Amino acid sequence: MDSELRELYQQVILDHNKSPRNFRIIEHPSHTSEGYNPLCGDTIHLYLTIEDGIVKDISFQGSGCAISKASASLMSSMIKGKTLEETKNIFDKFQEMITGKMNEEADIESLGKLAVLAGVKEFPSRVKCASLAWHTLINAIENKKEAVSTE
Amino acid sequence: MKSNLTTKTNEKIFNIEKIRNDFPILNQLVHNKPLCYLDNAATTQKPQVVIDTINDFYSTTNSNIHRGVHYLSERSTQAYENTRTIVKDFINAKSEKEIIFTSGTTASINLVAQTFGRKFFTVGDEVIITNMEHHSNIVPWQILCEEKKAKLKVLPINDKGELQIERLNNLITDKTKLISVVHVSNSLGTINPINEIIKIAHQNNVPVLLDAAQSIQHIDIDVQKLDCDFLAFSGHKIYGPTGIGILYGKENLLEEMPPFMGGGDMISKVTFEETTFNELPFKFEAGTSNIAGAIGLGTAIEYVSKIGLKNIHQYESELLSAATQKISDIDGIKIIGTAKEKTSVLSFIIENIHPHDIGTFLDFEGVAIRTGHHCTQPVMDFFKIPATSRASFAFYNTLDEIEQLTIALKKTIEVLT
Repeated sequence: MDSELRELYQQVILDHNKSPRNFRIIEHPSHTSEGYNPLCGDTIHLYLTIEDGIVKDISFQGSGCAISKASASLMSSMIKGKTLEETKNIFDKFQEMITGKMNEEADIESLGKLAVLAGVKEFPSRVKCASLAWHTLINAIENKKEAVSTE
Repeated sequence: MKSNLTTKTNEKIFNIEKIRNDFPILNQLVHNKPLCYLDNAATTQKPQVVIDTINDFYSTTNSNIHRGVHYLSERSTQAYENTRTIVKDFINAKSEKEIIFTSGTTASINLVAQTFGRKFFTVGDEVIITNMEHHSNIVPWQILCEEKKAKLKVLPINDKGELQIERLNNLITDKTKLISVVHVSNSLGTINPINEIIKIAHQNNVPVLLDAAQSIQHIDIDVQKLDCDFLAFSGHKIYGPTGIGILYGKENLLEEMPPFMGGGDMISKVTFEETTFNELPFKFEAGTSNIAGAIGLGTAIEYVSKIGLKNIHQYESELLSAATQKISDIDGIKIIGTAKEKTSVLSFIIENIHPHDIGTFLDFEGVAIRTGHHCTQPVMDFFKIPATSRASFAFYNTLDEIEQLTIALKKTIEVLT
């Protein structure tokens, strides 16, 4: 496989695509939101249980490409147990990383496992795939009624 | 990639190496692999003669048309109007008055919706489209229906991606003002039975608009024989430039329709009290149009005509059947769109792999395909899928490239499943 392509489709991403974490429905979520990527037909339904400003549980359903599915899976693993403030902080950093605005290696490493998605910045048409779950997350937290669309 | 494919039937015409040399863009590496351009339904590549025509126009002739009395303006006008004649002859229209330059198929359909529609539709009237229309033949009618409180009716398709033509007669009522139908589906490749559709429509006195965006480059079209009332197509799908297209309309209909846009060139006389509109076809060509694009389109049509659409269609059918065979043999692949009559479009899905991932993997093998809903979301909804991968072939493609596609697909499946 070409090295740039391998950078995008790292083993961790392929793994999360095949067996996504937290891929289920929460029966009585405190927060929920839907996201669409009209360009490629990706959809995500996000479920959250937020108590005392902490994300106690998070799960998702939907269909999408490997990048969008892995991104949602990695996000759910990363966010579970975090405070809302920490969550928004991670969101900002993640956005910086995938849009190529984060240049320090240390900053990227601070994102832990999410760093595997850094390769997306070389594929402008795929940035939306990686960010769909995250925009949907912010929408859910802020209790916005309308669904997220990346267009 | 060296390719010596010549078809048995078209040996003289289909010297593929010579044809490929006409298209400079094809000779390049993408991600260090030979470019294998299979996104021809999105846009076709341009032969050197078209590129030269545009270059030559701007280098020697550029000037505004229908306005100046000077030498360049005369020459520019002549070249532009000469293209109108080329288009007229190509689709066998009765007169140049029936050939209107637009920016493309979308603009042509919107023109009809906003002029024919605005004039002839009233509350409760109906327009019939089909389940396999491109969004550009859905949305303009929705806008019209919203404005006029009219109704949009849809002719359904079957599992093969063919129209349920037997249901057309029942859809037509005395309120039906127009049938607007795609000749060839961009996402399925289906060639629709337009002779029959037009016959049924005309028995009910309903005019027909034919969206020829995906047929003009594959199938011989004779508007008089077909007896369609309107025909729309884009230059860039027939090896010409982007930003230029054609609306054909029967003269009596065009005469009755009000202008689309107001401006220069579409008037005879303007005072602040009153304006008299110019005659056909200029009535519908407000503002300075894409002159270089039009002239480039003329050259593209001449290029295609020289090879001959019958030869092109035959060769492309051979490519399609070879590709269909190869792709069907791969485990986990399902072809979407299996109509009996098809142009060289191959839409498919692979179990558990999203088309977007396929598109990126193929790109790294040099293979350019389109992935997504292809601006036909109702088709995707019908097949209950979010998207497909689509390979679409042109007469400059080869059997070697089909092999390249097949190998690339197998590699993709290996990594992603």
